[in-house]
Amino acid sequence: MPEKTYLQAISDGLRQEMRQDQRVFVMGEDVGVYGGAFKVTQGFQEEFGPWRVLDMPLSETAIVAGATGAALMGLRPVAEMQFADFVSCAWDHLVTVAAKQHYRAGTPIPIVLRLPSGGGFSGGPFHSQNPESSFAHIPGLKIVCPSTPEDAKGLLVSAIADPNPVLFFEHKHLYRRIKSEVPDERYTIPFGEARTHRPGEDVTVVTWGAMVHTAAEAAGQLEQEGVSVEVLDLRTLIPWDRTAVLESVRRTSKVLVLHEDTRTGGFGAEIAATIAEEAFEHLDAPLKRIAAPDSPVPFSPPLEKAFIPQVDDVVAGLRELAAY
Amino acid sequence: MAVREAEPVGSLQEVHDAGLDREDLLGIYRNLLLTRGVEERGHILYKQGKIPGSFYTGRGNEASAVGVATAMGAGDVGCPLQRDMGVHITHGVEPWRIFAQYMGRVDGPTHGRDGNVHIGDANLGLHAMVSHLPAMLPVAVGMGLAFRIREEKRVAIAWCGEGAANRGDAHEGMNFAGVRRLPVVFVIDNNQWAYSTPHHLEYAVEHLADRAHGYGFDGVVVDGTDVLAVYREAKRAIEKAREGGGPTLIESLTLRMEGHAVHDDAFYVPREMFEEWERRDPIERFRAWLRDNASLTDEEEADLSAGVKRHLNEALERAEASPLPDPSSLLTGVFAEPEELETPHHK
Repeated sequence: MPEKTYLQAISDGLRQEMRQDQRVFVMGEDVGVYGGAFKVTQGFQEEFGPWRVLDMPLSETAIVAGATGAALMGLRPVAEMQFADFVSCAWDHLVTVAAKQHYRAGTPIPIVLRLPSGGGFSGGPFHSQNPESSFAHIPGLKIVCPSTPEDAKGLLVSAIADPNPVLFFEHKHLYRRIKSEVPDERYTIPFGEARTHRPGEDVTVVTWGAMVHTAAEAAGQLEQEGVSVEVLDLRTLIPWDRTAVLESVRRTSKVLVLHEDTRTGGFGAEIAATIAEEAFEHLDAPLKRIAAPDSPVPFSPPLEKAFIPQVDDVVAGLRELAAY
Repeated sequence: MAVREAEPVGSLQEVHDAGLDREDLLGIYRNLLLTRGVEERGHILYKQGKIPGSFYTGRGNEASAVGVATAMGAGDVGCPLQRDMGVHITHGVEPWRIFAQYMGRVDGPTHGRDGNVHIGDANLGLHAMVSHLPAMLPVAVGMGLAFRIREEKRVAIAWCGEGAANRGDAHEGMNFAGVRRLPVVFVIDNNQWAYSTPHHLEYAVEHLADRAHGYGFDGVVVDGTDVLAVYREAKRAIEKAREGGGPTLIESLTLRMEGHAVHDDAFYVPREMFEEWERRDPIERFRAWLRDNASLTDEEEADLSAGVKRHLNEALERAEASPLPDPSSLLTGVFAEPEELETPHHK
């Protein structure tokens, strides 16, 4: 099986879907001639032409609303925000129109919004955010946060096939850093099924996106200290795999919820509340949350490092839980 | 460059040339009567306490809505707004379903999930509005984009009011449509008042249609109380868009003849303004035109009025027999199921 980066896997998945389904098209800023700010759609315009790889004016609202209208007419738009941060400009059209149209009017809105998200490279307050929890709170939207190349491709294919608006958060820091085997053929990965990234018996880490790799590294260190850590990658937040989380927590009896988004109102709070409601009597230690502190994402490297949860932070948290 | 101000429609011959025969004209008149009738009956239902929430009408805008809707072709689509009941009526959304919607019953187009004139019927090419105006305007632009991508000769109509025309999504939608010369016609229903805010506090240009030049297409101002002039301008714009000529911005000038919604008595609108526009009532105006130019007889008029009245009576009865939604259906349809995409629309 060929090795691909996370970015190549997304690009391959998208290209495959465009080849097999004429309805799929791409719209976004600089996605055509330039091939996208991160080059996910490099070479696409040559292959599919300027109307299926549509360079848009700097108009996030027109991108999301335009995708919604095109979807209502039977197309399958894959729209790109150049950075996930800019989705704030299109909030109204996702939340007011796309998320509610099927419930109100019975018309599906099959759109995918690709959202390059996350920090770790001094992107500063406007190019580093992880706004998934804001949208997880909106009924009618699905939220996908892949952590590996294989998942990224399979989940993107599922997102394009899904009849609902799907927010596809692709972590920029993983684009070229993570490489693994990815099948060449078309495959899907279903939403709402967590993946055990690393099995373990003593403590469960529930996480997603780039933090899966931070957790795995920390788990490796704990293993040398004789603590067996299970890393559960949720892969999708809406829907999220409660069954897998509760099963793992009941088995290990200790749980750490980890995310790169800020703490208050982060999706970890929903997971923690569910565990408290459903598995309280199985816990042998208070649930622990590790997340970014409640501040904008800072620019300067030492500040950003202090902001984003690091392997050492997770190691310390796991040690505490193991010793409890 | 000033925009063109559309001249009124004159003779029956001129109307024939625009593609309407006498039957069409009587159909337009019936749609105008039905539109006003639905909203007048709705008002009564509201006063009877049968409509939860608020209630909005488009009194004064009937000709604008019916005129544009009549000009649309079979495959054309759009997102009409809260003053555009005439679009729904013209395209065949049945009055009994509209009453059911008003009353929150299961047979309304949104099955009780949404209220008042937030209606549509995808099978008729009409897509339900949201309250955040003009959020559906760039959505309609996206519909035009789909037609352009598939090289279909279809047109999308994007409505907004003169108030909503000031929001950013109107700009983004119009700019994008202009850049790509998409088959979209923008209709600004300028009824001169955004809730209580008069137009001189909403925009600084003489005509909103002047903005069209900023987006690289044509603008036209039309008297929105003249249903035939609206029809002619909409037809011209729609056929131009269909043939690849790009968008047009039509500003249709009317007066909102009631408050923003039923709770609002519009005390802030000068009396004389209402009196002046009452004399230009779009339905009365068209009735007079039909009598002068198309030999509308007393008998025909009486027949039409009686037919509309009968239709509305039956519609009300049917709507009142429609059940309220079952609370157990609350969570149904938050998400669409894959098989819902297996429609001719989505293939």
